[in-house]
Amino acid sequence: MSKTITIDGLAVPFQEGQTIMDAALVSGVYIPHLCHNPEFKPHGSCKLCTVNVNGRNVASCTMPAVEGQQVLSDIAELNADRLALTQMLFVEGNHLCPACEKTGNCQLQAVAYYLGMMSPHYNHFYPQREADASHPDVMLDRNRCIYCELCVRASREVDGKNVFGLSGRGIKTLLVVNSASGLLGDTDLAVTDKAAHVCPTGAILIKRHGYAVPIGQRVFDHITIKEVQTGGSDE
Amino acid sequence: MQQFEFSDISRILTPILARHGGDASRLLQVLLEVQDVCHFIPSKAIDLIAAHFGVPRVNVEGVVGFYSFLSTHPVGEYRLLFSGNITDQMLGKDELMQYLCNKLWVEPGKVSEDGLVSIASTSCTGMCDQGPAALINGWPLTKLDHNRLDLIAELIRSRKPVADWPAMLFEVADNIHRGDVLLGQPSEPGAAIRATLARGAKETLAEVDKSNLRGRGGAGFKTASKWSFCHAAIAEEEGGIICDVGGHPERFIVCNADEGEPGTFKDRVLLNSYADLVFEGMTVGARVVGASKGFLYLRGEYRYLLQQLEAVLKRRREAGLLGENILGQTDFSFDIEIHLGAGAYICGEESALIESLEGKRGRPRNRPPFPVTYGYKGRPTVVDNVETFACAAKIAEKGGAWFAAIGTAQSTGTKLISVSGDVARPGIYEYPFGVTVSQILDDCGAEGRSYAVQVSGPSGTTISWKEFERKIAFEDLPTAGALMVFRRKRDLFQAAQNFADFFAHESCGFCTPCRVGTELQKKIMSKIASGYGTASDLEELKRLGHILKTMSHCGLGSSAANPVLDILEKFPDMVESKLKAFAFKPAFDLDGALATARTITGRDDDWAHL
Repeated sequence: MSKTITIDGLAVPFQEGQTIMDAALVSGVYIPHLCHNPEFKPHGSCKLCTVNVNGRNVASCTMPAVEGQQVLSDIAELNADRLALTQMLFVEGNHLCPACEKTGNCQLQAVAYYLGMMSPHYNHFYPQREADASHPDVMLDRNRCIYCELCVRASREVDGKNVFGLSGRGIKTLLVVNSASGLLGDTDLAVTDKAAHVCPTGAILIKRHGYAVPIGQRVFDHITIKEVQTGGSDE
Repeated sequence: MQQFEFSDISRILTPILARHGGDASRLLQVLLEVQDVCHFIPSKAIDLIAAHFGVPRVNVEGVVGFYSFLSTHPVGEYRLLFSGNITDQMLGKDELMQYLCNKLWVEPGKVSEDGLVSIASTSCTGMCDQGPAALINGWPLTKLDHNRLDLIAELIRSRKPVADWPAMLFEVADNIHRGDVLLGQPSEPGAAIRATLARGAKETLAEVDKSNLRGRGGAGFKTASKWSFCHAAIAEEEGGIICDVGGHPERFIVCNADEGEPGTFKDRVLLNSYADLVFEGMTVGARVVGASKGFLYLRGEYRYLLQQLEAVLKRRREAGLLGENILGQTDFSFDIEIHLGAGAYICGEESALIESLEGKRGRPRNRPPFPVTYGYKGRPTVVDNVETFACAAKIAEKGGAWFAAIGTAQSTGTKLISVSGDVARPGIYEYPFGVTVSQILDDCGAEGRSYAVQVSGPSGTTISWKEFERKIAFEDLPTAGALMVFRRKRDLFQAAQNFADFFAHESCGFCTPCRVGTELQKKIMSKIASGYGTASDLEELKRLGHILKTMSHCGLGSSAANPVLDILEKFPDMVESKLKAFAFKPAFDLDGALATARTITGRDDDWAHL
């Protein structure tokens, strides 16, 4: 018999070694997240997936599931805090959804809709960040980077290449690439690499595919990110 | 800007790389040396270093970008970094820094056109008892005043090597004003190790347990528990790193000397004058948990202590207190290596410290697993504070019951307090736990009527004069050892703002709430300071405080709002008096922004104003 945890009163089974997020996703329970992608080792940086376990807040993507855990997730206080974190991600970068070719396919945008974000709330930082069009097939626009390191992980773990990495510190954290010139075109990134296709926002884009799928027919245009990521319906 | 040819860089790097060997955990140490010679890390050096260690270039670049003392662009041949703690500020740091900048024709934060000098601020350098302080090319300058800065400007202009500067500029005093069992009762080197060997490892752990010693870095975790978890841990063999010693999986002892909490300088004094006691404690710990290798992680600001600490280690090896077969015991080998930090407060967090020891960006790990089971290179690792090891040595020598009789029930032993700010005798005071703040204030000659005290640095607690009877103890006011005193009429808002700036500067940037939250907090504090604050900003600060406290990845983020929330709660007048109006006001002057339009249209009637 498998073990179970309880998420918002619902019994959720789990296998030894799974995290709370793993167990939730398998059971179709949606916990908002951006840096987590089940294909990769958990990271725990965006903190959107923070849940309350036995009175303490933890990141559900990194916290191992333990028999009998009482997990609170879809509650007003946590959703308000998740909304604030999402707003923080918007104002620290330059996210201009109407002018971004990822709109409708963007997880950051979709999470913002899911959490009911109606305004950025905080003052925009308007940072100066560099875009890099040097690669023949892949565009890097740092304005939209949220430092989830999915590209870093994909390049290292799947592609075996280490094309991406983070430099800087704090609010000056910066996505850098593995070349002396600092240009993506001088790295060994190939358009077929996993790293070119895992960005949850529009920071890494495949060139010449921008509007192949018209607005109105995109992933999150008609269904929420909850439905997409859990395969369930949004009641 | 200095130009380096490829051949120059190669010539500079070859001996450095040869000395450090091929283990990538030496990366940060190599980078520090390159920074020293070149005054930055040239791009070509990053290529060569990456190739040498067999790590991706992007990783090396990431490390360079993380640490404040490393840079990808040249800093001045003479790099002067003023300590930016509030205590330095209260002693006139801002004016002194501007004075020196004017004298040397350089803007703060910039490099002079000839590349000779750069002047900037840095986080607290741990000289609060003898500030205003600074670092010149990594060497501490103390008690700065106009006369000293005149001399320094002259030395820089005449390009005199820092090594030839007058010694009095670099004098660092211990300033011990009250000693107790750690500072007041000298121990014979080797006494604790002899007692441990005579008693046995298990029995020594039992003594540490009986002493109820708790970590002196602030968190107060019970030391005996940490040691026994580490001893019991069976580490997974990971990444091919197998360092079996005598059939037992390797474990590590790490001494956390990354004393970065502003206002704290007691570890500086312990390492300067009581290093034997600290190394002795590490050796006792090694015997208890079964470690053969230890590290002292020394913050970059204390690099000036490196040479004398190496000498102490050498002397201990020669005396048979370190190295192979300690005190002739054939089953007991333990040695200590010193690693330098490079300007990153976060590396005081134990898992970030371990990352840094491995030569990486100092980013706190996800826990579990904890370092006691999965630490340095994936092995069980004990990370303890400098003072904790000193206490452990005393306990090994004199027994747990002796130690437990000092202090209070939940906080046994003594605590070193670093006192600075508005007091007559700043310095180190050792008290049994349970001492009241007012007792400390009396002893250090707090000037006039003290108004507020910052206990345990920015991440600790601000207490008002109404709370001076509170006790220094884990059950009341836990502390890592800082005590900064503010007299009446000090602008406590300025202190809170200084601390908010500090956290924003030191956030590692890994998690959203801390990376963005500390920056938002800094911006709002700055808005209030410049006269644009309103009541809604105070609500915003409280809301941010909640998010930082409950959503952050580690202690830096979760404590980053403490000084702001404390001042809002305990000194609301200090903040409210700075507000422009009690209703909402935007961060900028909307009507003022229309001034240009009014000029162009030649209008100044009511309808041209908001």
